[in-house]
Amino acid sequence: MMINKLKQLVIYLFLLIWLLITGYPLVFLVQNSFKIRMEFFRNPVWSLPESFTFQNYIEVMESGFYMYFINSIIVCFISVAIIIIVSALASYAISRIDFKFNKIVYILFLAGMMIPIHSTLIPIYKLTLSMGLYDRLSALIGPYVAFSLPISVFILTGFINDIPYELEEAAIIDGASRFRIFRDIILPLVKPAIATVAIYNLTLLWNQFAYALVLTSSPSKRILTLGLFEFQGQHGINIPLTLTALFLSVLPLILLYVFLQEHIIKGMTAGALKG
Amino acid sequence: MMNKKELMNNKYFIAALFLLPAVIFSLVYLIIPIPLSTYYSFFKWDGIGAMEFLGLENWSKLLSDPIFWSSMANNFKLVLISLVVQIPIALFLAVLLTRKIKGANFFKTIFFVPMLLSSIAVAFLWRYMYDPTFGLINGFLNLVGLEQLTRSWLGDSNIAFYSASAPIQWRFIPLYMIIFMAAISNIPKQLYEAAEIDGANNWQSFFYVTLPMLRSTVVNASVLIIVGSLKYFAMIFALTGGGPNHASELMATYLYTKSFTEMNMGYGSTISVALFLVALIVSVVFLNFSKKDVRN
Repeated sequence: MMINKLKQLVIYLFLLIWLLITGYPLVFLVQNSFKIRMEFFRNPVWSLPESFTFQNYIEVMESGFYMYFINSIIVCFISVAIIIIVSALASYAISRIDFKFNKIVYILFLAGMMIPIHSTLIPIYKLTLSMGLYDRLSALIGPYVAFSLPISVFILTGFINDIPYELEEAAIIDGASRFRIFRDIILPLVKPAIATVAIYNLTLLWNQFAYALVLTSSPSKRILTLGLFEFQGQHGINIPLTLTALFLSVLPLILLYVFLQEHIIKGMTAGALKG
Repeated sequence: MMNKKELMNNKYFIAALFLLPAVIFSLVYLIIPIPLSTYYSFFKWDGIGAMEFLGLENWSKLLSDPIFWSSMANNFKLVLISLVVQIPIALFLAVLLTRKIKGANFFKTIFFVPMLLSSIAVAFLWRYMYDPTFGLINGFLNLVGLEQLTRSWLGDSNIAFYSASAPIQWRFIPLYMIIFMAAISNIPKQLYEAAEIDGANNWQSFFYVTLPMLRSTVVNASVLIIVGSLKYFAMIFALTGGGPNHASELMATYLYTKSFTEMNMGYGSTISVALFLVALIVSVVFLNFSKKDVRN
């Protein structure tokens, strides 16, 4: 009995150590966001704020930071909607229409995962310039969709493969078109997988940085990650103010996580778990 | 000539229609950029003006560019550090959290949070923890009387690369922890019961039951880490920009600096293609390795 108690104690000790390593930086972030600049320099970083002032929060928002949230939301939601449609269509063809090259097409899509996106930045930059999309939010959608396709096709194809074929047979005998079968039978059945694909891509694209860095330039076109990067460049010396912007930038996903924890964990690990 | 009805019954035509949007996006933004980069790598080009043909000059410059080689070495060092740090810690945490203990779900919930933060946010958070004067780490060292260990974590070129690798580990351990937790909960309970009857203690059942059963998961996680470590960019870019004096430079940060800061897109394209080739070779080698392993 004693030994079991001791074992439990050791387990909790390790868990508490990791809790400190994971959690304390986040506490550090929040607690210092409430300090005003002079106070930050006067007191040690782990001291509690003398008073809870929202001055930093007001200042960050007034600098135009709220625009970055709106931009990120617009780009991510449009991209994810397109990704779902495009990848579901492709996955259906790969899984259900026997066109001889199914396996090869599937493998080629998956091979897209191996391409380091940074190797594609220069041609995409040039293409975006010549299409007249440079410094527009819409410039990000094409790369976002392409970047997300391999894993989305992978997840959805696996899911459609598991759907029993009998469900479609009746419809085929009735002479329904492939598009109707896809829309009326397959899509409703793959809803759970679509939710996974949506969360996986939403979290990944929300945190994407490189494309925006290369394809946009004016402040009004910044997405959240680029906005934070530029904010730090401008206000980096004012540490509490920058920590406030940082905290605000991570807040949306954390809030989503509070409400949808299991879905988010499942979604974010989906690519790895099935791989 | 097929009429419309015949066309709509032709499965090749239908398959092509379903695949078309995905194929267009992939070709334009993922596939064609690679041969295009290769083409640009034979030119001197600032991204705006006329292109001047150089032949293989960029490539011979690349082969004798010490910064390129050290950035590639850093990429591989990062692979090694990530494997040695992330897999054991993630596995250890997963084993602890899958034991029947109170609060396991609470710990899991908090442990996953770093995965939610963007690389840029993680980089800046750590930059302020590393700050030589106002940072948490030096402040803590001073507090416990270890002043001699305080240093400029990101400014000292001997340690900057290692300091910059730490937040990457911090952010990605939770991902592998969750993967291992899922795999451990799939191991049949009877195996542990049998081990217990045979008199195995916790360590023995870990080494003789858990670890062998997790073999393919560990191999898959390792492949993810290896392939992923070649693609790092944002975190290092925001944390050190590859500095000081290229000490923490990765292939991707170097290619960005050359292409978009110095506007030397010809040479930037050369680095892009080199990065692609390295990623391709490594992926093929390790995917083959993992496939063989899974078959065994």
